[in-house]
Amino acid sequence: MPAKRGSQRGTPGGGPPQERDLAAPVPPGPRAGLAAGKLARGSATSIVSHSLQALLALSSRETLKFMHQRGRMLSAVVRPSLWLLIFAAGFRDVFGVSVIPPYSTYIEYPVYVVPGLLGIVLLFNGMQSSLAMVYDREMGLMRLLLTAPLPRSVLLTCKLLAGTFLSILQAYAFFAICALFQLDLPWWPGLLLALPAMFLTGLMLGAMGLLVSVYIKQIENFAGAMNFVIFPMFFLSPALYPLWKLQESGATVIYQLARINPFTYGIDLIRYAMYGQMNWLACGVVAGSLIVFLGLAIWGYDPQRGVVRHKRQGS
Amino acid sequence: MNAPGETSMPASPPPEQAALALAVEEVSKSYGSVKALDRVSLHVARGEFVALLGPNGAGKSTLFQLLTGLFVPDAGRIEVAGFDMRHQARQALACLGVVFQQPTLDLDLSVVANLRFHARLHGMGRAARARIDAELERIGLTARATDRARALSGGNRRRVELARALLHDPVVLLMDEPTVGLDPASRAQLVEYVHSLCTHRDVGVLWATHLVDEAESADRVIILHKGHWIASGTAAELRERTGRRSLRDAFLDLTGEASVEQEEAV
Repeated sequence: MPAKRGSQRGTPGGGPPQERDLAAPVPPGPRAGLAAGKLARGSATSIVSHSLQALLALSSRETLKFMHQRGRMLSAVVRPSLWLLIFAAGFRDVFGVSVIPPYSTYIEYPVYVVPGLLGIVLLFNGMQSSLAMVYDREMGLMRLLLTAPLPRSVLLTCKLLAGTFLSILQAYAFFAICALFQLDLPWWPGLLLALPAMFLTGLMLGAMGLLVSVYIKQIENFAGAMNFVIFPMFFLSPALYPLWKLQESGATVIYQLARINPFTYGIDLIRYAMYGQMNWLACGVVAGSLIVFLGLAIWGYDPQRGVVRHKRQGS
Repeated sequence: MNAPGETSMPASPPPEQAALALAVEEVSKSYGSVKALDRVSLHVARGEFVALLGPNGAGKSTLFQLLTGLFVPDAGRIEVAGFDMRHQARQALACLGVVFQQPTLDLDLSVVANLRFHARLHGMGRAARARIDAELERIGLTARATDRARALSGGNRRRVELARALLHDPVVLLMDEPTVGLDPASRAQLVEYVHSLCTHRDVGVLWATHLVDEAESADRVIILHKGHWIASGTAAELRERTGRRSLRDAFLDLTGEASVEQEEAV
């Protein structure tokens, strides 16, 4: 149907313009059209460059936002520090950690617990940045993301990388706290060697957050995620004590549960990496979980399946 | 595990792109046993302002979810600038600008950071800076570029969202009940401004609303009710067809009749 132009252009509602008369004629812009231009250039506009721009957009947004949220920034550092200072201080003499790999000497309990607390930093932020997207306050972000002209797999991966980048920043902030309290950590090159391990673990945990956001509708807010995902994973892991302690005390079921917890392997990976050792089993489990979680999350965000719909009913 | 639109870009856009901005053909969508949209068709030409008028629950939101590629229709076809939303999602989305019903500005970030975010998601590269400046200038908010979005009034936030939707120079502009929460003066200004966009930038606009006065000045009004296409025409044509003196009465007539018919059909 042809457009009927310039029929009635009355002023519905009336009222004098307040700030600036928006109805004033718009100066003619370049009508070539960016969108059309981009399409005409076709594949010359490489999807790689576009994806990198999207990654930059999401990373800088995530980091800037985090910097603005003082409370979140503070709690990201305070949370593991509390565990380190209070919990570990109390248990310093209760748990004697014998010499187990990767440690070559006797270590103090606070030193033992650091990789686990790095894990909790990664777990917490990974879940938070992934889940925030589906909650109401960030629903807007998801809409913007899903209308961006990139494949959803790319967008979700960019989002995941952006969240992980922020996780890593927080992990190094926690290292700074550890330095402040003069823990006997393998500072060099341990800090550097921990980076790839933390990166892989952070990705895996963020992907798990994406997966949770798609499929588990019962978890309606972050408190739910805390209770049903974060705490169980944290406690069913070698974060606070080595798993053989569970076995020794006869808690076989808990021991077996901890052994199928991917978070367990994330902590092991970081722990070994800090001491310059490679734990292939841990690396394999973490990488495998990452692929499975991300794959299922991408599958779930496919519009053909419309899994996201259930979150949005009633809008 | 294919995400939408992982097909490669075609060498040249389809020929029909020039005339038709948006084409919806026989689109249906059900949620469980509820038929939210039943074989709805509509077209928007370039430079045309089409108002999609319907009471709450008419299926406007569902239609917009399909138009923005959030979900795929059960049946039917959606084309943006000639690109199929299902098979050429990337190209279709590149030609689409959207102002969502819910606010989607990041209030913690500055105005310009919000716009830059969008520009990057659209892969605009170095062109972004000039385009952001131009759009801010157009809406008269250049001076507030570095203010946090939170500091802006509701009307100004909407303008920034509109500027953002236009950054990548789309062929179609979708406005989903964009005046929700605005005072009458801002509402009127927004309607006027979008009309001027149609004329001067040759954008096709689909403006969903349940407010009859916003549809009054549209080039064409499409009435949607309970997921069905009811009527289409200029405000004058609809008045004439129903023999009513106001579009409001015509709208009530048309949707009232429709609901009776539906009940009879069941």
